[in-house]
Amino acid sequence: MEAVLFQVLAGLATGGIYASLALALVMIYQATHLVNFAQGEMAMFATYIAWSLLNAGVPYWAAFLLTVAFAFVFGVLIERIVIRPVENAPVLAVVVVFIGLLVILNSVAGWIFSYTIKSFPSPFPAALGIRYMSPHQVGALAVTLVVLALLYVFFRFTPLGLAMRAAAQNPVSSRLVGIRVGWMLALGWGLAAAVGAVAGMMVAPIVYLDPNMMSGILLYAFAAALLGGIDSPGGAVLGGLVVGVLENLLGAFVIGNELKLVVALVLITGVLLVRPSGFFGSVQVSRV
Amino acid sequence: MTALLELSGVQAAYGATRALHGIDFAMEENSITALLGANGAGKTTTLRAICGMVRTEGAIRFAGQPIHGRRTEHIARLGIAHVPDGRGTFLHLTTEENLRLGAYVRKDRAAVARDLERVYGYFPRLKERSHQQAGTLSGGEQQMLAVSRALMLAPKLMLLDEPSFGLAPLVVKELFGILRAINAEQHVSMLLVEQNAAMALDLADRACVIETGRVVLTGSADEMKKDDAVRRAYLGY
Amino acid sequence: MSKKVVTVTILLIAAACVLPFVVSNYRTFQLTLVLVYAIALLGLNILTGYNGQISLGHGAFYAIGAYTAAMLMDQAGMPYWATIPIAGAVCLLAGFLFGLPALRLEGLYLALATFALAVSMPPILKSHLLERWSGGVQGIVIVKPDPPAFLADVGIKLNPDQWLYYFALAIALVLFVIGWNLIYGRIGRALIAIRDHHTAAEAMGINTALYKSLAFGVSAMYTGIAGALGAIAVQFVAPDSFTVFLSITLLVGIVVGGLASLSGAIYGALFIQFVPNIADELSKAAPWAVFGIFLIGFVYLMPTGVAGAMRALLGRLGRGKLSPPKEALP
Repeated sequence: MEAVLFQVLAGLATGGIYASLALALVMIYQATHLVNFAQGEMAMFATYIAWSLLNAGVPYWAAFLLTVAFAFVFGVLIERIVIRPVENAPVLAVVVVFIGLLVILNSVAGWIFSYTIKSFPSPFPAALGIRYMSPHQVGALAVTLVVLALLYVFFRFTPLGLAMRAAAQNPVSSRLVGIRVGWMLALGWGLAAAVGAVAGMMVAPIVYLDPNMMSGILLYAFAAALLGGIDSPGGAVLGGLVVGVLENLLGAFVIGNELKLVVALVLITGVLLVRPSGFFGSVQVSRV
Repeated sequence: MTALLELSGVQAAYGATRALHGIDFAMEENSITALLGANGAGKTTTLRAICGMVRTEGAIRFAGQPIHGRRTEHIARLGIAHVPDGRGTFLHLTTEENLRLGAYVRKDRAAVARDLERVYGYFPRLKERSHQQAGTLSGGEQQMLAVSRALMLAPKLMLLDEPSFGLAPLVVKELFGILRAINAEQHVSMLLVEQNAAMALDLADRACVIETGRVVLTGSADEMKKDDAVRRAYLGY
Repeated sequence: MSKKVVTVTILLIAAACVLPFVVSNYRTFQLTLVLVYAIALLGLNILTGYNGQISLGHGAFYAIGAYTAAMLMDQAGMPYWATIPIAGAVCLLAGFLFGLPALRLEGLYLALATFALAVSMPPILKSHLLERWSGGVQGIVIVKPDPPAFLADVGIKLNPDQWLYYFALAIALVLFVIGWNLIYGRIGRALIAIRDHHTAAEAMGINTALYKSLAFGVSAMYTGIAGALGAIAVQFVAPDSFTVFLSITLLVGIVVGGLASLSGAIYGALFIQFVPNIADELSKAAPWAVFGIFLIGFVYLMPTGVAGAMRALLGRLGRGKLSPPKEALP
């Protein structure tokens, strides 16, 4: 029983990280109806920036904030420069651009920082640990929850957050009330990238830092986003936690750690087949 | 006195299909102009052209300032509020969020709060439904919401695209009464596209008749009501 | 097919037959891989280019084909040539089965599901459950096949690299002829109709479900055969050869070569075989950076790929004017 509890809590900690990345995916999906395949690599790249800052002697939380700011600007620039030209292109073209972005970020990271695996520090003091959770697990979960709360407040209570939701839902009407829809999309990309960067910095102490560190995490985030409903932020968070717990329990007691990733594959195809709108998503009806 | 809105030689096209062949008219401040015409004559396109929602040629001036070729969001910021056909409701947001979006470009919070109360005064039913998702409102309520959202911009000019569409006659009457009051009390000018020509002419000061993308007749609303051709074609008596 | 195209095709095949005698063994080996990639790309193009179903996971079918061949040779001692049709059959089935659920998935979601398949492939291959047959992390080493004895009997002397090249060339020719008949026949028209106007195709009485899963199966079969040939050529299979980046390489191949184009498979194969070799001299990461830039660059500037550009160029040379490329991005 204790072993189960241990796995559940560990699952919640990693699940929180999946939840943040899933939320980043959902934010971009809501605004553009696209799934950003490069979300993981963007987070990975930001984490390398954090690593460089730390190596240069910048204190952890300063490096953390600088990295988040960098990721935000980076996300905005990517939307403006790379994504904007294919905004109305067929799905295949956009998917190809995302994959191109993924490959470029991955290789540039490898080029600059080499492919050797690096350790990444955890900022949380040992005192944070509890009986069933390591200090980093507790800290990562807390940071995730703070990020989610901030996002909730931003989208729910600020005029800019409201305008971003409006632009995602109904671009035409948004322009008619004076919202600069193009900038709202870019802002959404920036926020998604910033949230992803936090996820990257929180997961790096666990999986270690290397250019391919996010591929598995991205898959869990896909599974989480789909499980919750790809257009539901709340669903993505819940989905992330569920996926984290499931992954840990199945990995520990059923299929073994080496096949954990298959849990994500099965979840993704399973959800898509049985209930494509997830548990909280809105059912899409397409006109023909 | 310069005209509030002035269109001269405005042409517009959807891809290869020309919808407007040269629209000319002007309207004065604090006035209501009705655009009459058959389906497909170019009334909706004229409103879209003013808002920069279609590619246009020709000159459009608003309060003396050229606005043609500007982005839609920019034109909105100048004080032109468009109530589009289909109402353009943000279905997944609440009624109040819809209204707040209407005032998105305004920075004077106190005045926005006052306007919100004023709008609720015109349409008490929206206040009752202020925290309800806008998608759950009835058609009439959504039309009121669309007008209110436009009003929250504190516009100089409102473009209304078929506000009576799909509404019960009583609701239409109520809505037009409020539009008249808004014009009288807040000095908002209106450019009105309506299928219901009789109601439109009752409300409007002036009217333009559009046929196949051209203005063929302009005059005061009273003259129009008496014009035989207009009566036969649009008033049906 | 116009007379000119036939002449050019015959000349190209003739040139392909002479090549192993004029280039080094290593180059011959590389050209064998070009043929292998061309087959795989043709397979992916049937699905993504002609039928509009986005697959980011064809590396998985390549892996299944490769492992099927390797395991049959390693475990059952089967001759290499006999493993090719079996690998094809296994992948046909695997593709058909994966295609059945995929029927319900539209563009983006199918891309997601296949992406997940590609990412999960290495851990599945490494799994201790399969280790007895798959060799686990170590993979399987295969012996390079010798040219058959009857060739020496009739006086044709080939080294193993040359022989494997001709073996691959023969298979590629057969598969391209089949592919040509498929694409330019009834089935191809149905596939394209489904891609461009799904609902209209359905209304015309095309069994879209059947055709889409068929396209998935055939596509996977082509890629699986390529995988088997590739495994025999490089004499080795291991899980880390079949990461998501293999799938991405194949995507690069069809985008650069030209979507919905038979000849595009060959241009794409040449690209993904030789460009990384050139870029490799710069840095280990450079080939991928180049791939990424080409991916995005082609979408922006040349959505019909090299094949489309060649068509336009030939059209201009032939008629003195630029002819618009017919097969635009679906």
